Amino acid sequence: MIKSSINEQASALPRRAAPLEVRDLTVAYHEKPVLWDVDLSIPEGQLCAIVGPNGAGKSTLIKAVLGLIPKASGTVQFFGQPLEAARRRIGYVPQRSSVDWDFPTNALDVVLMGLYGRLGWFRRPGKAEREAAMHALEQVGLTAFAHRQIAQLSGGQQQRVFLARALAQASDLYFMDEPFAGVDAVTEAAILQVMRELKKQGKTVVVVHHDLETVRDYFDHLTLLNVQVIASGPLEQTFTPENLKATYGERMSVGVGR
Amino acid sequence: MSSDFVIVLTAIFVSTASALLGSFLVLRRMALMADAISHAVLPGIVLAFWVSGGERATAPALLGAAAAGLLTVTLVEWLTRTGRIKNDAAIGLVFPALFSLGVLAVSLYFRNVHLDLDAVLYGEIAYAPFNTLEAFGLNLGPESLWIMGGLTLVNLLFVLLFYKELKLSTFDAGLAAALGFLPAVLHYALMSLVSLTAVGAFQSVGAILIVAFLIIPPATAYLLTQRLPVMIALAVLVGAVSSVLGYVLAILLDASIAGMMATVAGLLFGLAWLFSPVGGVLTARNRRERQRREFAARLLLAHLAHHDRPVPAREVLEEFGWSPAFLAQAQQWAQREGLLAGDPNGLRLTARGAALAGERP
Repeated sequence: MIKSSINEQASALPRRAAPLEVRDLTVAYHEKPVLWDVDLSIPEGQLCAIVGPNGAGKSTLIKAVLGLIPKASGTVQFFGQPLEAARRRIGYVPQRSSVDWDFPTNALDVVLMGLYGRLGWFRRPGKAEREAAMHALEQVGLTAFAHRQIAQLSGGQQQRVFLARALAQASDLYFMDEPFAGVDAVTEAAILQVMRELKKQGKTVVVVHHDLETVRDYFDHLTLLNVQVIASGPLEQTFTPENLKATYGERMSVGVGR
Repeated sequence: MSSDFVIVLTAIFVSTASALLGSFLVLRRMALMADAISHAVLPGIVLAFWVSGGERATAPALLGAAAAGLLTVTLVEWLTRTGRIKNDAAIGLVFPALFSLGVLAVSLYFRNVHLDLDAVLYGEIAYAPFNTLEAFGLNLGPESLWIMGGLTLVNLLFVLLFYKELKLSTFDAGLAAALGFLPAVLHYALMSLVSLTAVGAFQSVGAILIVAFLIIPPATAYLLTQRLPVMIALAVLVGAVSSVLGYVLAILLDASIAGMMATVAGLLFGLAWLFSPVGGVLTARNRRERQRREFAARLLLAHLAHHDRPVPAREVLEEFGWSPAFLAQAQQWAQREGLLAGDPNGLRLTARGAALAGERP
């Protein structure tokens, strides 16, 4: 029912609003620009990588569009709406190192936190939320670890808990900040499977990524970032030696032209 | 009400109000902030004292202290955000500055009034029964009970109502913000309540010991459990036990009451640190020693399984380079488990031991 009305809108409009539309975004720390005049349009239903060298502003870009750090200038729209109106449609997987894993809680409880946004202020998670959280844990293969204290999980398992938490949010647009950083092969495969499942459901996934070797295999859309956007578009158009050189400097030589 | 009862009940209120907030301070790694706020509220109290014309009035003191507490938090965050100084150094700069302002003001302008520095630093809970609250011409009983009881209730309501939001913003402030909760607002609300609690407890336990009540019971509870609700409940319990036991010991030894309460809390922390089943230092060491012993016994079994005859202890010692005492421990464990038989000619496996030696560890 809702879907059909959206479709009618889509046919009426010249172009359906993109999941993420960034215009003229500049972010600065102490007058030093970290992101400079970024324009970005993320297409719906694709797996999108944001790639660039250390200090290129990849994580900053995600945090700035989500309003976690202040912007110096620029506008950000989600599905044609401002952040406040679209919050429920956005899922966020921060870097694993951004939280204290010695916090006294278990995996299930961390996943439940993903549902807090739906609950709003004061309401506590109930049976329905716990079931949704267990389902999310099942998707990342951690059912057996639901009641495990989070400090006792391996790094890869912790990353999958974060992923499950984002899945529980049941969003349309996902941001993942270096989900593949320092994880084992099992976790890497699990994350990739979840990403592909999300794509199948028509969701959009934006991933900060650092491994150029896997970009071609994992993603449809690529944004090369180094303070400015060097290139952004379908993978086959953007993943070129010239663009990589412009992003990383001369020293970079990866087997791109396979 | 007997004065014993009033003193102990005041202390339980102080420790409960503190433990509720302190649990979140400890988890946010802001224990030092409790120290800072409890000192920095002094200029607020002095200012309120001055505004109210030299009367010891409760409402202005609470307001002044809350303002001073928030000023501390704001100044520390502002200094940290300039990027020129780290958070711990910023705390170390701000609170002595504010505290010394308060001390100066007391010594310059209030020399002859009953706001003396000893009481500010150490408090005097023994006076709790004598400061009574009067309203509408009625004697409503000890003022400290009303103040701390009220603060305990406020803190309890705060933690109960905002439990989910506090937990989320403590564990992952980024997600809290992304989901539209307001971690910064909660942060300042928490800090305001810490300031109010600090000043409310000022007269009873003083600036230094309030830190003991804010930090030690939650730090103790943190060592004892891996679940947040249990941690908060245990923190309250540790605070209450410290209050009661501390009072009894202080009377027996004729010592400072607040000092003894904090000491008992410190001792309870020490016990948890050593013996906690979750992560106590001795518990962990015992577990490691047991594992080492068991592993050695397994090695021993595997070695013996290669021989058809009893092996003399001397040979085993040479083979593994163990001390005789260590071999004795491993041997004792294996014999108790029925894996090793006593034999005058040396060490010999039992049937069970031989079966176990065949398995992979």
